[in-house]
Amino acid sequence: MSNIIKLKKGLNIKLLGEAEKTVVDINSDFFALKPTDFIGVFPKLMVKEGDEVKAGTVVFYDKYRQDILFSSPVSGTITEIKRGPKRLLEEIRIKANGKSEYESFKVSDPKKLSKEEITELLRKSGIWPCLRQRPYSVIANPGDDPKAIFISAFDTAPHGLDYDFIVHGKGELFQKGLDALKKLTSGKVHLNVNPQETTSRVFHKSKDVQINQFTGPHPAGNVGIQIHHIDPINKGDIVWYLNPQDVLIIGKFFTEGKYDASCMISMSGSEVLKPRYYKTIKGTSVKPILDKNIKDGEHRYISGNVLTGRKIQQEGYIGYYDYQLSVIPEGNYYEFLGWALPGLGKFSVSRSFTSWMCTSKKYSIDTNLHGGERAFVLSGEYEKVLPMDIFPVHLLKAILAEDIDLMENLGIYEVDEEDFALCEFVCTSKINSQGIIRKGLDLMRKEMS
Amino acid sequence: MKALRKILDNIKPHVEKGGKFSKFRSTFDAFETFLFVPDHVTAKGCHIRDSNDMKRTMSVVVLAVVPAMLFGMWNVGYQHFLSIGQEVGLWENFFYGFLKILPIIIVSYVAGLGVEFIFAQIRGHEVNEGFLVSGILIPLIVPPDIPLWMVAVATIFAVIIGKEVFGGTGMNILNPALLTRAFLFFSYPTDMSGDKVWIADKADAFSGATPLGDALIGDMDKLPTVSDMFFGFIPGSVGETSTLAILIGAAILLFTGVGSFRIMISVFAGGWLTGLLMNVLAVNSYMEMDAYYHLLLGGFAFGAVFMATDPVTAAQTKRGKIIYGFLIGVVTILIRVFNPGYPEGMMLAILLLNVFSPLIDHYVVQGNIRRRLKRIKVKA
Repeated sequence: MSNIIKLKKGLNIKLLGEAEKTVVDINSDFFALKPTDFIGVFPKLMVKEGDEVKAGTVVFYDKYRQDILFSSPVSGTITEIKRGPKRLLEEIRIKANGKSEYESFKVSDPKKLSKEEITELLRKSGIWPCLRQRPYSVIANPGDDPKAIFISAFDTAPHGLDYDFIVHGKGELFQKGLDALKKLTSGKVHLNVNPQETTSRVFHKSKDVQINQFTGPHPAGNVGIQIHHIDPINKGDIVWYLNPQDVLIIGKFFTEGKYDASCMISMSGSEVLKPRYYKTIKGTSVKPILDKNIKDGEHRYISGNVLTGRKIQQEGYIGYYDYQLSVIPEGNYYEFLGWALPGLGKFSVSRSFTSWMCTSKKYSIDTNLHGGERAFVLSGEYEKVLPMDIFPVHLLKAILAEDIDLMENLGIYEVDEEDFALCEFVCTSKINSQGIIRKGLDLMRKEMS
Repeated sequence: MKALRKILDNIKPHVEKGGKFSKFRSTFDAFETFLFVPDHVTAKGCHIRDSNDMKRTMSVVVLAVVPAMLFGMWNVGYQHFLSIGQEVGLWENFFYGFLKILPIIIVSYVAGLGVEFIFAQIRGHEVNEGFLVSGILIPLIVPPDIPLWMVAVATIFAVIIGKEVFGGTGMNILNPALLTRAFLFFSYPTDMSGDKVWIADKADAFSGATPLGDALIGDMDKLPTVSDMFFGFIPGSVGETSTLAILIGAAILLFTGVGSFRIMISVFAGGWLTGLLMNVLAVNSYMEMDAYYHLLLGGFAFGAVFMATDPVTAAQTKRGKIIYGFLIGVVTILIRVFNPGYPEGMMLAILLLNVFSPLIDHYVVQGNIRRRLKRIKVKA
C-alpha cells in the first residue's frame, strides 16, 4: 500500500439531510436516457416511439464516433422521444414492462479475454459510455490505450455517496469488473480510498490494482484531484475513469452476460423527509422516489450533488452518471439588507458572517445567489479550495481570452468542471467557473481534433 | 419591509428597458440591491453559493477603516486646538474634526459614485461596490483643510482614468484612492505638502510640520515620542496618524480573511529591514533613526493595511504577494530617505508596485508553467 496523500485545501460544506444508510426497493415504471448527459455526443436514434426494447438493446449511437453505442437500461416500450429547442434530443423515455428481459452476451472470464474482446463486448452491450476519459471528460475512445484507469472509492462532495455501503457484499462482482478494466490499459488501475472512512474489505482486498490513500476535505474524492497527485496528465496523455457502481455493472456483465443496470441512488437534502438510499435502475424517474417524502414548499430537484448536479423537474429522470438525488429549497426571495445582517445562520467560508462561531452546525442552503455577478476582484479565494498545483484564476482568464497555448501551459488538461465547483461556490464575484472550464475544455477538444 | 418592497416593485417596470425612466436603471438597481439582496437563484453550475458577496466584503473593509476614521476626526480637532493653544474636551475635539471631515466624505462619495452610476448605465451593468471603499479611503489620506472642489476633481479623475477606462472595478491597474491622492499631490502641491496644511486652521506661529518633514531636514530632536506616534497624536493626513487604530482595522481585515496577511506583513518587513540597512549605512541623522520609527511615521501603516492590500491592484499569487509587499516597504523607505522632494514615499511606492504587480505575477505563473513542462521532459 502506498503512502497517504494528505490534502489540506478544500472545503466540506455541512448540509442538513444526509441520507441514512437504509435501502428501500423502489419499483419505477419509467426510465429515460438523456443524450445531453454525454458531452460532445450527437445522438443518432436506432429506435422509434412504440418500439419494444430489452435491457441492453441499442437505442442510439454517436454520429461522430459511431462505435459508441447507448443502450436501454430496462426492458419495455419506447413511449416518447422528447425534443427540445432546435430539435435537440432531450430524453428517450422508456416504460418498463416489468419482465426484466435482457439482451444476452457471452459469459466469460475477463482474465481470459483480450483487450479487443472486452472492448467489443462492453461496446455492443452499451455499457461502454460509463468509461470516461480525462482530459475533456468525454466518453472514452475504444481504440485508445489509456495510461491509467482511476476509480475513486469515496465521495467527498456534499452528501456524497457511501461506496462502502453500496459495494457491501459485492466483492466478487467488483473484482471481476476490475479484472476487465485491468485488461483495457497497459498501465495501472488505481483504486483511491480514504484511510479513515473507507472500511469496506471489498476495496481493501481488491487485487491487481494500486490502492492509493487520500485524506482531506472535498474535493479530495474527485478523481481529477487524485489523478493530479498520482499520475498527472500531460499533453497527449489519456486517463480513463469511472464510478465504483459502474465497476459493479461491468462485473455483473461478465458474470451473467447481461447489461443489468441496477444501482443504488441516494436521496438527500434539507427538504427530504426521510433521506435514504434506494435500489433501482439507471435513469429512473424520480417521481416514485419523491412521492410523499418531500416537505412542502418550492424546491430545486437536482440529479447529482448540489455542487455539480443538474436541475431536473419533479417528474424528471436521474442522469446517466448520477447516483444521487438532492432536494434543496429554492431561494427566490428578497432579503432586506441581507448583506449587512450579522448572518448567524448563513454559511460562508469567510468569517465576515457571525456563523463562524458555530463550527459544527449543519445548514439548509437554498439556491439564492446571495449577490450580483461581478468581475474578478478578490484574489486567493479559489486557491484555498483547489488542492492542485494550478493557478485557477489565471487559467480561467486564459479560457476567457481563448488563448490556447496559455490554457495548455496552465494545465487545462488536468482539470474538469467538478474540480472548480468549490471555486464557484466560494466566489465572492459569483463567477460561473464551472461553465468557463467547460467552455475551455470544449475549445481545446475542438482545437486538438 | 413589505411596504418598501412594494414601492420598489411598483417603480421597477418604469426603470427597466423601454420604461419611461430607463436612464435611471443602474441607479435604481444599485439602491434596490442595497436594500434587498435580490431574489436571483443559481441557474448554471453550483446550485448553492456562499453567502458572501461583494457588498458584504466591501462593507467589512469600510468597517475596518472606521476606527482610523473616528480617531482621525478627533485628532483633527485636537491638533487644531493644540495649535491655537486651547484645551478642550474629547467631544469638542471630535465634533470639530467631524465637521471638517464629513464634507470631504460626502464630496468624495457623491463625485465617485456619480461617475460609477453613469458608467454602469452606459455599459449596462450593475454598479460595482469597489468605490464604497475608495470613497471612505480618499478623505482619510488628504489634509483636513483640503478644498472640497479639489477632492471632487481628483476623485472624478481617478475613477474615470484610473478605473472606468480599464473596464471598472476588477480591471484597474492603479489603486483609485491613491491615484486621487497622487493627482492632488502633483496638481496642487501647495495644498498637499509643506508645513502649513496638516493642521486645520492652524495658528501661524505654531509649527505644523509632520514628523516625517522634520526627519527629512534632520530635525531629529523635534520628533514626537514613540507613544505619541503609535497612538497618533501627531499632525498628518486625516486617517494615517494612529498606528493603533489602523492595527484594529488590520485585525478586522485579517480575521475575516478579506485582507491579505502576506501583503501586510511583507510590507512591514520590507520597510523595517530597509530601515535597518539604512542604519548600517548611515551618513546622516535621518539614516540613523531607529528602523521601527519608519513603520509608525506618516502613512506607512495606513498604506500597508488599507492600500497595498487592494486585491485588484496587488499581486494575486501567493509568492507574488510577498514580493510585492516587500518591495513596497523597500521603495517607501528609499523614497523617504533619499528623495529630498517629498517626505513621504508610501503613496508612490504602492502606485509603482501596482504597475509592476502583473509582472511579478507573470514570473510566478511562469514558474508553474515551467514545472509542468519539466514533468513532460522527465517522462520523455
